[in-house]
Amino acid sequence: MTDLSRRKLITTGLAATAGVAGLGVAARLAQKYGLIPPDHGGIYGLGETLTYASQRLLTRRSLAREFPRSQISKPPFANEIEPLTDEFKRLQAGGFAGWRLSVNGMVVRPASLSIDQLKSYPSHTQITMLQCEEGWSYVAEWIGVPLSHVLDVVGVLPQARYVVYFSIEPDTWESIDMADALHPQTLLTYGMNGGELPVGHGGPLRLRLPRQVGYKNVKFITHLTVTDSLKGFGKGLGSAAPEGGYAWYAGI
Amino acid sequence: MRLLEPHDVNCTSVAQGKTGICVRVTGINAFDAGVTQNPPLTDEVDFIDSSRGFRFNKLRGCNVTRRIRLTVRLPQSSFSSTHSQADYCISDVRATWYHSRVGDSTCIPSAASAVPIATVPSRHSALVRVTHWITTLCFLALLLSGAEIVISHPRFYWGETGNDLTPTLFKLHIPASRNLVPTGYGYVLPDQNGWSRSLHFQAAWVVILTGLLYAIFGLLTGHFRKNLLPGGADLSRRAFSRSIAGHLRFERPSEAEAWSYNVLQRLSYLFVIFILFPFVIWTGLAMSPAFVSAFPATVNLLGGQQSARTLHFFVSLALVLFLLVHVGMVWFAGFWNRMRAMITGHVATPRAATYMERT
Repeated sequence: MTDLSRRKLITTGLAATAGVAGLGVAARLAQKYGLIPPDHGGIYGLGETLTYASQRLLTRRSLAREFPRSQISKPPFANEIEPLTDEFKRLQAGGFAGWRLSVNGMVVRPASLSIDQLKSYPSHTQITMLQCEEGWSYVAEWIGVPLSHVLDVVGVLPQARYVVYFSIEPDTWESIDMADALHPQTLLTYGMNGGELPVGHGGPLRLRLPRQVGYKNVKFITHLTVTDSLKGFGKGLGSAAPEGGYAWYAGI
Repeated sequence: MRLLEPHDVNCTSVAQGKTGICVRVTGINAFDAGVTQNPPLTDEVDFIDSSRGFRFNKLRGCNVTRRIRLTVRLPQSSFSSTHSQADYCISDVRATWYHSRVGDSTCIPSAASAVPIATVPSRHSALVRVTHWITTLCFLALLLSGAEIVISHPRFYWGETGNDLTPTLFKLHIPASRNLVPTGYGYVLPDQNGWSRSLHFQAAWVVILTGLLYAIFGLLTGHFRKNLLPGGADLSRRAFSRSIAGHLRFERPSEAEAWSYNVLQRLSYLFVIFILFPFVIWTGLAMSPAFVSAFPATVNLLGGQQSARTLHFFVSLALVLFLLVHVGMVWFAGFWNRMRAMITGHVATPRAATYMERT
């Protein structure tokens, strides 16, 4: 019995040491390859990290499903929006001619772009599903300029790791990693189902990210910042969602 | 491993030749079945196999304290054919018998010092016990968080899409945690989706990794084959209908079932492990927009993202039904004994002893 215990003890000790060392190496590698989400702390950090790391590895280049025109939901369901601010109403009264998307941070040429300027860039149309974390969903045609094109226009510095995007609504901001920011289906959307993007769906400008659920698809975008660290934004958890108890990464 | 109580190992002495001791170990049925032994201290004893016990002959130096240790290996092939193999999966019994004073011609174990100790193997291996309870905790977490997520939109659809503007397949008549959902209730529950989603996915990760460990272990050790796959005789129509009839009459489980699963139990566990668990994981992943971007077939095969959500809900209901029946049956079979078996691995001896005497 003592022999067995000793053997067991040694084996367990070795296994535990190997396990801890392995975890250390895995954590170092995950950090290096950008597989740790900014909200990795806290009691759900394990799950958030495993989800983000595995989905980032599996889906770096995969495309969200696109649908035939016949599957477009009629009418598209518009989720509730916060009461519009006075500033928004003023811009709305002017036909959004005064709406500006400012882009700064780790870029060569910071810019302030009007909706018309965005429309002058090559547009991309996709028929994709928007699904809410609550469980409902709809399919719509989204028209916009790929975020990657706007990032090309301003010239992103090589050390950039995240794009932070802000809404005109107070305290509404999110961020994505460069894999999502440069993804061909990530659009700055200004049109929907052949027309203008309705205000109820985030018009005049909404960030469309079909591989993540609804709340990452922020409405009324006014500002983008390119950064290599999310520590300086809000509480440093990556976006407003984790501050409200939701995950930063929402690919599931 | 459990220490046998003194009365489990029934020591009697016999005069056989010059000196001899017969140690009879009761409480373990398979002793009838012809056993081999492997005493590590064999220079002190000779072993003669008898149908009802073990006899030590030519015990030298009987007047000094001796420790006799015998190891019994019960070959599975020798088990009674009326029960499937795994009914007696005792593979290794160690009995240590301390014997202090022995006479010249007969060896009489003194009651005070005859402290026979034997260990019997666990009812459930440590890995099965640990993975069982991790799975239990994760399932409860998934159930609670899943219910919370459903409350934010208690409507179900079939196909790719569904929302408040489209017809439902069915809806739950409960209040919702979002005010746009037409529930008919005049109030809205607080939003709990943030932590519910995080808990749901974290528990899913833990239970999937645990399940993988369990599946690898089960395949490598033959756990599925030995403990879960019904034996050939069990699957005969007669045995099968007898088991169903027994369940329908709410017959108490036989003592043998303290050490083994009956055929319906085996089939239920196999169904849960190899059908329901994989399907609930599949339907869950099929709701993930990022996952299905890499593996679109996982959602297309199910008929769409809303179909996946509805199926996920139904598989969860099936798992809840299993949980209720499972706990009910454990209660019925003797809650604390079954719980002890799944926590410590021990099975109460008197039951085993009773069984031995009855057969």
